[in-house]
Amino acid sequence: MNDPQAPPAKLLIDGVNKTFRNSRGEVLALDTTTLAVDEGEFVCLVGPSGCGKSTLLNLVSGLDTPTHGRVLMDGNPVTGPGSERMVMFQEHALFPWLDVLGNVLFGLKLKPGLDAKERVDVAKYYLKLVGLERFLKASIHELSGGMRQRVALARALAPNPRVLLMDEPFAALDAMTREQLYADLQKISAAQKKTVLFVTHNVREAVCLGDRVILFSPNPGRIREQFKVALPRPRDINDPALSVLAGEITRALKSHTA
Amino acid sequence: MKRLFIATAFFALLVLAWHLLVRAEIWSPVLLPGPAAVGEYLWASLLDGSLASSSWVTLKRLMIGYLIGCLAGLPLGMLTARSNTLNDTLGVLALGLQTLPSVCWVPLALIWFGQSESAMLFVVVMGTLWSVLISVDNGVRNLPPIYTRAARTMGSTGFHTLRHVILPASMPYVISGMKQGWAFAWRSLMAAEIYVTLLSGYGLGHLLHFGRELNAMEQVTGVMLVIVLIGLLADKILFSPWERFLHRRWGLNG
Repeated sequence: MNDPQAPPAKLLIDGVNKTFRNSRGEVLALDTTTLAVDEGEFVCLVGPSGCGKSTLLNLVSGLDTPTHGRVLMDGNPVTGPGSERMVMFQEHALFPWLDVLGNVLFGLKLKPGLDAKERVDVAKYYLKLVGLERFLKASIHELSGGMRQRVALARALAPNPRVLLMDEPFAALDAMTREQLYADLQKISAAQKKTVLFVTHNVREAVCLGDRVILFSPNPGRIREQFKVALPRPRDINDPALSVLAGEITRALKSHTA
Repeated sequence: MKRLFIATAFFALLVLAWHLLVRAEIWSPVLLPGPAAVGEYLWASLLDGSLASSSWVTLKRLMIGYLIGCLAGLPLGMLTARSNTLNDTLGVLALGLQTLPSVCWVPLALIWFGQSESAMLFVVVMGTLWSVLISVDNGVRNLPPIYTRAARTMGSTGFHTLRHVILPASMPYVISGMKQGWAFAWRSLMAAEIYVTLLSGYGLGHLLHFGRELNAMEQVTGVMLVIVLIGLLADKILFSPWERFLHRRWGLNG
């Protein structure tokens, strides 16, 4: 870890655990976990519900604080949320009182060093990137589920975070829309060299998107196994080679949760 | 255009039916004046300025009291939604006082402030404040937590979150609370004006009251018409634009 030759990890989850208190006492949501993520790496966290994968994401985002251990980004401890680590939620979490452009501008307005015109240019650039340049003035309720997640993606990308944290962002979408978004997300994350932590319960999705797939098991949530995915990009979720690896990972997942 | 025509025709028919009813002379014209008599009163009182000055007196009381009620209710509602202690104390008090018909404040206001503008103002503020407070509290309490979480990840904190996320997110509740507050304020002020005569200014309620004392039914009816008209205009001017905005953005039927 302290080898001066190796580049420091972009994200270092260092001996972190998290306990929640509920009516029945304390629950260990995430057992002590250590994980290093390299710059530009796309890491998928997979596991059944209650395995601590979303908890881990919330700790990295800074929305929650670990009970023990610490999260480091570029060697600096994460003390709270910040726009260098943007989050995409399962629900789009867009603001209904703002139009599409206004939603993407929200985060940009909190970023110093941009004037009004630059902000609008940046927002338009990212909305074009997700294919919504014709919907700047649309209201959120007028958009389909897939379009809403595209706006959410543009909003997360716009402040140019180095790290993207995605919590099952495509779970509520239909298969066709999801496949399109897999293609878009691979293209964008490769072009912009983002470091991505992507939570999902869908193994094929994880294999399609990730450079590395990390398996979690519940009670208490902990990392069980890791898989490197060396398939060439861009990947198609219907590719048979991808299915083979996904099958292997699914078997491993079942053995851990059985 | 078609809708405007139908609306116009509806009200024209209503006035016609009224006119015919009076012409049938079932009731004495002293009890039921026709549209012509009421129109005559309204025209005369417009010309001598009494209608305009009374409307102004009433609206001024209403506006000032309503504004104070809203300005106080908005932050207080936010506070009660965010703090359990304030909710258990101020929140319960507000809930209790909101159920009190605001005309019940009139005797108390008269004893405290005498027959003065302050008494009127107090009654209007009491009519507005509690329902605005409770609606804002409701709106903030029912806010999906995902909004503030998303805002925090984008670097929004403290007052920025309050101003740019919590306030706009609870807008549907705030608007309906302000609308309800307006209705309560308007009713309580009318009751107070009919009940209490102030030398500092005759409002529409006083015109109603004098109309009754003089047995001038055309004045009573005319002033009632004006009160209805002001209520309609307030709804169209003050609330319709907001409700259209809510409908457009949220897709709500406001």
